[in-house]
Amino acid sequence: MTVNDVIKLLDATALTCTDKLDTEVLSACGSDMMSDVLAFAKTKCVLLTGLCNPQVVRTAEMMDIVCIIFVRGKKPDEAMMELSEEMEIPLLATPHRMFSACGILYEQGLRGGTEHG
Amino acid sequence: MADVLTFTYEVSDEDFTRAGEASSDVKKKLKKLGVSPDVIRRVSIALYEGEINMVIHANGGTITILISEESITMILDDKGPGIPDIEKAMTAGYSTAPDNVRNLGFGAGMGLPNMKKNTDSIDIETKIGVGTKVTMVINL
Repeated sequence: MTVNDVIKLLDATALTCTDKLDTEVLSACGSDMMSDVLAFAKTKCVLLTGLCNPQVVRTAEMMDIVCIIFVRGKKPDEAMMELSEEMEIPLLATPHRMFSACGILYEQGLRGGTEHG
Repeated sequence: MADVLTFTYEVSDEDFTRAGEASSDVKKKLKKLGVSPDVIRRVSIALYEGEINMVIHANGGTITILISEESITMILDDKGPGIPDIEKAMTAGYSTAPDNVRNLGFGAGMGLPNMKKNTDSIDIETKIGVGTKVTMVINL
């Protein structure tokens, strides 16, 4: 699966880094707690979150997150968009809520990257 | 003795949105030095957690990074309130972070345990009312 596939599956809009949507995605992590993302996110992971502040982009940078998906139509501000361009981490927005967005990706074979799935 | 590269950062507590800038810069430097991705990831996680802690709990402080051929050492020095019970603070899920920090996505009580998990050694010197010095080492 690539970021482009994720966009199609989640009816999402790419808000930044539109030239970096061919990147491969191997796992996903859904959380509003950045502490949990820092403790549990795996490699080549997309991050689904309802949290919308610059620390989300910073956390994604530290964890080499492939792209950030803001659920239920949340829109990042200018500062976050600038930071994401600088970090080369695409920001996506989907109208789906967290549970549905995760479910759609899971249904298509994306997993959490742990032995429990 | 082999050369040791040293970098120092002042961490400010004035603007939480800037927390992580030091970790971000260290990550870029390690990439340029050709350090392995696994080590960069561990340094990034441990340092970022530590930097966030400094901003949340200790009104900022100083980060010193020492890079030698054998190891990467991260020293986080603050003049914050100190940690009353280190054992408790090292327990996953234990947190004293205020609600405004939780609203920003932190304060789950995973910081120190995660710093320990990602480093080869962690040493915490703390004195109530004086400050805390966290020294973490990752072997290369």
